[in-house]
This record gives sequence, structure tokens and C-alpha cells, in this order.
Amino acid sequence: MEKILLRNIDIQDSHTLQVYESRGGYRALRKALKEMTPERVTEEVKASGLRGRGGAGFPTGMKWSFVPKDSLKPKYLICNADESEPGTFKDRLLIEKDPHAMVEGVILASYAIQFHTAFIYIRGELAFGAKVLERAIAEAYQAGYLGKNISGSGYDLELILHRGAGAYICGEETGLLSSLEGGRGWPKVKPPFPATHGLFGCPTIVNNVETLAVVPWIIDQGAARYAAIGTEKSKGTKLFCVSGHIRNPGVYEVEMGYPFRQFLEEDCGGVPGGKKLKGVIPGGASMPVLRADEIEGVRMDYESMQAAGTLLGSGGVIVMDDSTCMVKTAWNIARFFAHESCGQCSPCREGCHWMEKIFARIDNGSGEKADLDLILNISGNIIGRTICPFGDAAAMPAAAFIKKYRDEFEEHIRQKRCVLT
Amino acid sequence: MALEFSPETWRRFEELVGRYPKKEAALIPVLSMAQKEFGHLRLQAMEYVAKIIELPAARVYSVVSFYTMLNMKPVGKYHIQVCRTLPCALMGEERMTARLKKKLGIQVGETTSDGNFTLTEVECLASCGTGPMMQVNEDYYENLTEAKVDDVLESLK
Repeated sequence: MEKILLRNIDIQDSHTLQVYESRGGYRALRKALKEMTPERVTEEVKASGLRGRGGAGFPTGMKWSFVPKDSLKPKYLICNADESEPGTFKDRLLIEKDPHAMVEGVILASYAIQFHTAFIYIRGELAFGAKVLERAIAEAYQAGYLGKNISGSGYDLELILHRGAGAYICGEETGLLSSLEGGRGWPKVKPPFPATHGLFGCPTIVNNVETLAVVPWIIDQGAARYAAIGTEKSKGTKLFCVSGHIRNPGVYEVEMGYPFRQFLEEDCGGVPGGKKLKGVIPGGASMPVLRADEIEGVRMDYESMQAAGTLLGSGGVIVMDDSTCMVKTAWNIARFFAHESCGQCSPCREGCHWMEKIFARIDNGSGEKADLDLILNISGNIIGRTICPFGDAAAMPAAAFIKKYRDEFEEHIRQKRCVLT
Repeated sequence: MALEFSPETWRRFEELVGRYPKKEAALIPVLSMAQKEFGHLRLQAMEYVAKIIELPAARVYSVVSFYTMLNMKPVGKYHIQVCRTLPCALMGEERMTARLKKKLGIQVGETTSDGNFTLTEVECLASCGTGPMMQVNEDYYENLTEAKVDDVLESLK
């Protein structure tokens, strides 16, 4: 398979403008500014079938077309580089190794929607990534790809690198907007959607790093080439991050629709140490776990994952072997969500902490049989009752662990200890 | 004495604020700047930021208390943050934290008496394929083993 997103990362000094340009970088931008109207760029991205890689999978070109053309307000493009979903580390790789692909993607998207101010919101912890990006942005300004009258086209764009300060919820697009407005990262009710009422009430588009980083390739090579890769509804390639009990962890670029079992066993080398696969979370900690027997026939695309009862999400694949205590695992994830709930909506603010406490007491041997149904009850009362998808993201995995490993939970409660050790 | 940015920081503050559509949008980067300058964000630091960015002090406090990287209490010269989220936990994070606690003689959330080390457990740092891992100030240390933890601590002394 031809690498698209990872095409540059193994080249020495891939983060520099010189290397990026020597590999065809900024060719798409020059082409767009010279030969393509903004509408044509949007149409090309629409035709490619590209869907948002932050987790939701919304068609990118369609999102761009929701921006009202007649609005007199300022408009903003935001590249969401607040990667914090447990199990996900693909954007960090792109930021550190191929920052110019992101920057070129930001410029192309801004040109397509005719925005003149763009932000990259990078999570505060990524200090090294921020330094790499800062340098890449300075290089792009110097080369005339940013600023006034880009490459003599008359098009202007300012790009601001904004560092966060540590909060998972700022990866949710409206939480990000609140944070960028100088507030707590509290998500906002949708509708209205950011495309019409975003940053400071102005039309705003928020796209993930991976989404924007692929746009230069699509414009350079043409939508048809991109759309020829993948499945009917999930086009192109996607980055998957593999962690946990796996022989070869790391970031992989995979054609959409690739068989999941083959990916884990062959591409990633399978579970090491003579152990067996017990379960795998396919799309970051927010997504329901799959038991080993459930991955048969599952393909790595949005539709197949959904049919299997989970979601592709951010592509964070967390692998667990048969020595893994699922009670402890469920508690670890519940603790994450209890720590990260922003506190705005009662079902999530209270429910996440209740679930964490109950999982903790089961883990330490003081759980009761009724606790399992209690968690399912709490989970059911969070889903669909919060402003943002965080509530669902906390509630769905909790319920999935209990439903799929119920025997182990019951045995753990009965024996008042982990049954695996 | 009242807190104030140094002339150099003030210059960077004005440049930064000038790039944003509204002054308040720069609040978080300005707080990070203040934290670097003043060590941590005690009440006077928050009041100073509120004054220069023209926001109520209560708003600044609400923001500082929301973000994990903004510290209202002093932290050690080296802030060790161990990732405790699932992928790192599966790879043995607990052993690394135990090692750090033993070597430093402190519990999670504490600072050594000489003020050199603060030990914190944090959530996912986007380094899951190379866990267990920890961040010391701005640097990542990945694929940790107990021996590697010892080496890192030794290098920081």
C-alpha cells in the first residue's frame, strides 16, 4: 500500500521545510492558489470522501460547506491538536515528524473556506511538538506560504499556535472553543454548530490534525486517487495507534476496510509472550471493548466497527492479553473519565465518580453482586443526557466491560479478589 | 512587593496578546507565561494577570483551577509526571511509580523536602505505544524500566 500520511516520517529531517518541499511539499498549495477557486478545493475534498479523523467521522468537505458565505463576521479555522484520547498518539507523530503537512493542510482548508485567521490548538503537554510546529510556522511565513499575499495570490492568512494547559475535554470541539476564548474548557450546546456560531460566536471550522494533514495529498494527487482507496463509505487510509500487549506497538497507516484480525496478528506481530488475546479496544478508551471472539470478520472502517458494536473512533487500538484483569481495566478507564469530566452536566459529573468508586470497590474485594447492575443503571442514565459526547464516552465502555466479561466480574466479587492471580 | 513581569516578558506578553482576536483569548498562554516567571500561580499572580488582561480575578481563578498544568501550589525543580492511564498501566506503570516513591521517599502528590522533586500521576500523555512513560518538566521518558527510572533520577541530581 502506498503511504499517504506517513510518506515523509522516516526521512531524515522530515520536519524541515527544505525536506518537505523536496518531497513535493507546498506543491498542492501553489496549484490551488494558481489554478483552483476556493469552491473547487472544497469540491475536491468532498469528492475524495475524506471523513474527520478526530473520532466522529463527519465528511470534511461537507463540514466546510456549512460556513455561511454571506456572514460579515470574522471566520476562524482551528486545527485540533489536543490529542488526549487514551491509546491515541498519531497526531503527536505527525506534529513532530511532518509539521509542514499540517500547516499546508491548514492553509488549503482556510483558502477553501476563505478564512484569514487560523489556529493550531496543541495540548500543553506536547512541549516538543509545540517547538517543532513553532519552527515550521516560522519557516512557512518566511517562505511566503503564510502572511499577506501568499505566493503572490492576493490571499492572506495568519496562523497562531495556541498551547493548552492540560484538560482532556478541550479535544471536544466546543470545549476547545471555550478554552480558546480564555475560559474553562466547557463544551457548548449544539446546535448552533461551530460552522455558524463558533469562536466568539463567529463561523468556525474545527478539524483534526490527521484530517488536515492529508488534504495536501488529496489536492496534489486528485480526489479520485484518494477515493479509490478504502471501502465504499470509508475512503482512504487511516492512522491506527497500537499499544498494550502487542509485539510491535506504534502508529500504522492502514487502508480502510483492512481485516482487523490480520492487522493485529500479522502487521503488529500479535500478542507476545505465548499469551492469548483477551480483548481489544479499537478506537480509544471511549469506545466499547471487543472480546477476542468478536474480532473475527471485523474490518477497520467506520461501518464494520459499528456493526460489531463499537466505533472506529480515533484509531487508538489498546490490546489486552489473557493475564489482564478486566475489573482493574474497567476501573482504570472509569478513573480516567471521573478525573476528566468537566463538571457541567450532573449525570456525567456525578455518574463518572460513582462508577469509578463502584469499580474500585469491586477491584479491592468489597463489591457486591448488585454493583454490576448499579453501574449499568448509572451508565444508562448518563448516555444521551449530557451537553457533549463525553458522557457517552464514559458510559459506553463501562457498560461494555460488564456485559462482555460478566462472569469474571461476578467471580471477582464472589472471591473478593482478582481471579487471574 | 507587587508582582510584575520583567521587561522581556512584558514585551512577549504584548506581542502575544496583539495576535489574538480578543485579549481574553490569550488568557491561558499568559497564565503559562506568568507561571514560568513567578514559579506558581499564587493569588497575587492571578490578580496581576487579571489586571493586565482586563478580566475579573474570579474568572482567572476559575480558569487556573480547571487546568492540570496551571499550578496554584509550588512544585519542585523537577516535576515528575507518570502516566497512569490504561496503555501505560498495562505495561507496568504501577511498578515505575512504586520505584519513584521509594527512591524519592515521597508519596504521589508530594515534593521532596529539598524542593527538588514533585511526583504526580497524570492521565494519558499521548505516548501509549512507548509506555510506561513519564514526563519530567517538558521532557518525555519512554519505554521505562525500573533501571531506567533510576538512571533518569541520577541524571537529574
